[in-house]
Parts: sequence; C-alpha cells; structure tokens
Amino acid sequence: MTVYSQIAQNKIKTYIIFVVFILIFTGFFLIIGNAYGSPWPYALLGLTISLVSTVGSYFYSDSLVLKTTKARKAIKEEFFDLYTVVENLSLAAGLPTPKIYVMDDSSPNAFATGRNAKHAVVCATTGLLNILDRTELEGVIAHELSHIKNYDILVSTVTAVLVGTIALVADLIMRSFWFSSGGRDRNKNPITLVLLIAAIIITPIIATLIQLAVSRRREYLADASGVLITRYPEGLARALAKISSYPVGVKSATTSTAHLFISNPFKKNAAGSIMRSLFSTHPPAEKRIEILRRM
Amino acid sequence: MDITSFFTFMNIGLIIVGIVIAVGTYLVSVYNSLIVLKTRIQEALSGIDVQLKRRADLIPNIVETVKGYATHEKDVFENVTKARSALMNAGTVGQKAEADNMLTGALKSLFAVAENYPELKANTNFLDLQRQLEDTEDKVAYSRQFYNSNVLDFNSKIQMFPTVIIAKTFGFTTFEFFKAEKEDQKKVEVKF
Repeated sequence: MTVYSQIAQNKIKTYIIFVVFILIFTGFFLIIGNAYGSPWPYALLGLTISLVSTVGSYFYSDSLVLKTTKARKAIKEEFFDLYTVVENLSLAAGLPTPKIYVMDDSSPNAFATGRNAKHAVVCATTGLLNILDRTELEGVIAHELSHIKNYDILVSTVTAVLVGTIALVADLIMRSFWFSSGGRDRNKNPITLVLLIAAIIITPIIATLIQLAVSRRREYLADASGVLITRYPEGLARALAKISSYPVGVKSATTSTAHLFISNPFKKNAAGSIMRSLFSTHPPAEKRIEILRRM
Repeated sequence: MDITSFFTFMNIGLIIVGIVIAVGTYLVSVYNSLIVLKTRIQEALSGIDVQLKRRADLIPNIVETVKGYATHEKDVFENVTKARSALMNAGTVGQKAEADNMLTGALKSLFAVAENYPELKANTNFLDLQRQLEDTEDKVAYSRQFYNSNVLDFNSKIQMFPTVIIAKTFGFTTFEFFKAEKEDQKKVEVKF
C-alpha cells in the first residue's frame, strides 16, 4: 500500500467514524429518551451533541488531547535534542516542522496529534528524552512523523475525542440514573429499563471496538515508514526495547488517549495475557522489535 | 447506404472517438504527474538552499570569534572564506554540492585549529556557534536526502516506457543529484 492510498483510506475512515458516532450517539439518546417517555427531544439533543463534538473533534482535537495529557510547549534552548531531531527529520520527510510539546512524566513515551501536516503536534515525555540517545530518539520521532504524513493522526485524535465524549456522557447518564432511581415512584416499562442498562454497557464497548479498529496495524506501518526516513531500524528497535521495559506507565494517559502513544502507556498487570492482547491497542513490542531487526 | 452499414460506420466512429479520449486522458494525467514531481523537486531544492544560506550566514561570526584567539592561522580563515563565497555564488546543484563539501572540509580544519586554544574552547559564544553549525550541517544532510529521493523518483519515471515518450516530447530532462562527500568510501588510515 502506498502512502497516498493510505492517506485516502484514513480520510474515508474518518468520515465513517463520524457517521457511526453520530448514529450511535443519537440512537443512545433515543433509547434513554424512550425510558423517560419522550424519545424525540432526547434524540434531537443527542444529535446536536454528536454533531457539535464531531465538528469540534475535527478542529480542536489536538488542543483537547494536549490538555488532557497535560503537555506543555517545548522550548528550543531547554530541549535542544528533541527540537533539532524533529526539525531535521521533518526536512527529510518533506513535512513542515510540527509543533513540539513535552509531558513532564518519567515514563518514556511519545505521541503525535493534529488533523493534518500543517496542524500537527509531536509530543514526548521527559522520561523518553532522559533514557534515549539521539539515534534512538530519531527512531521514535520518525515513527511519529510517519503517522503525521499518513494522516493516521487525524483518525486517531478524532477517535480519542469521540471516545472521550461517549465515556463522559455514559458516565453522566449512569450517575443521574442511579441518583434519580431512589425515592420517586416510577411507572416505567421494565423493557426500557433493560434497554437503558444495555445501552450503558454496550456503548463503551462499541467505543472500545472503534479504538481497536484504529490502532495496531498502523503501528507496524509507521515503524516501517519511519525507518525509511532514518534509514536505521536499530535506533527504533532499541528505543522500543527501552520504552517497553520501563516498569511504570504514563500517569495522565486515559483509555481514550492510550492508542495515540507509540507504545502502550499502561503497563502490564497480573490480568490474563490473552485478554490483554485481545483488547490491547498496541501490537506487542517484542514483535515490533523482531520485525525491525529483520529489516 | 443501408441502415445496418450506417450503424457499423457509426460504431467505428464511436470506437475511434473513445480511443482518442482514452489516450488523451492518459497523456494529460502522465504530464500532470510529471509536473507535480518536478515541482516537488524544486521545492526540495529550495529547502536545501534555505539551510545552505543559514550555514553561510553563520560563517563570518565563527571566523571572527576564532580570529580573536588564533591570530596566526591565516590559511584556515582564507579557506573558509573562499569556500563560503564559492557556496554563495554556486548556481547549479553540482556546484552547490561541491562548494558545500569544500566548506565542510574547511570548517573541519578550523575546528581542528580551535582544539589548540583552550580559552577558545571555553568560550560559550564559540561553543554555541559550533553547535549551530553542526545543526545546519545535519539539516543540509536531511534536506539533501529528501531532494535526492524525489530526484530518484522523477529520473526513473521519465526513463521508463511509455512515460519516456511523453517526457521526450515535452522536454522533461533528468535532475542532478545533490552529491555528498563520499567520506565513508575513502580509505581510513589508522595511525598509532
């Protein structure tokens, strides 16, 4: 697959995600409204919210993501290596230099966000800058720049914001439902109650599935096209080994932003490894390193 | 002319018109894609120029700073200044590449000279300029990589059949690569 067909595919994917999101969201509100006896005003409310958040996620997703991850703008004097590596590799990739941000976190990780190359952001944690040498950092940044070049950033940041919205609303509804259920005499249809609960459970699951569809395979692709920029697979391989062996996860990462990072920001816990790989947004680091070492 | 032969005549006419349209569309699309590639190369070249200019702008400062400490190294300063003006007057890609490599060599001897002056090496202004020069050298290398990969795309495309016919008709010619100094191909002498 060439870069250009990948770009086209990512743009189509974004539109599909928008449509699916609006449908799910409106449907969700319709069910809730049905439970309260007035389906259409609720559906209209859901439609409005979903339209506003799709438009918002297109134009403001990058700043929202930067806000939730608590990133700050990098100053050239303070982060000379990060700055020059991003500038140099953008020249090699033929991209405008993206905005450069850092996250004060000891866990090594990085992500890229924005809607296109002209409105792109690259962000690295201070932990990453501490443990990687320059060639390893070049590997990571080249990986992020390929996400920018391929328009992966558009799909994944839009998803981050939309999944975040779903989680937020589901949470709000759940709360208001539990609070209002006590005391007042409700003569509601038990079927709509079941639907309500089902909606509350199903919606986050659908959201997770969207997120899974977005990630994984594109990590391998970005690894490969990143290596085309640096011409040095070992740099990224070493960086991934260092990042994945670090014991602590990124503090400000949430389930809605996890798929943005170059390596899974949550660290393994005792939970079953099959479940983990099934619901993981990232391919296993060992596999990625193995592929890189064979290049 | 009876009615059936009239329709056969019409069909042949339609087929010819179809072929002409198809060939025309193909020609236009190939021509346009060549233009896009050519523009990309020119853009990449101006990317190199920006870095080369930045590099040339830093030279007088570093020469002045080193002069303040190392007064007796006239040859070195002259070489750097000569290479710089060669770079600024270079017109073609080949000349630019050559002048840039010359400048890299001259700067190397300048920094080698600086090694002999501990006070100079402690000067923060000098260290900052050195770092900036190294950074622009990297940037020249990376923009060169982008330029050369675009030139490779274009050159191989216009030499392949059937594009070669269109390229020849409209006067597309190959671009020159921006050649780096082939340092790693030189024999390394080990001295003890």
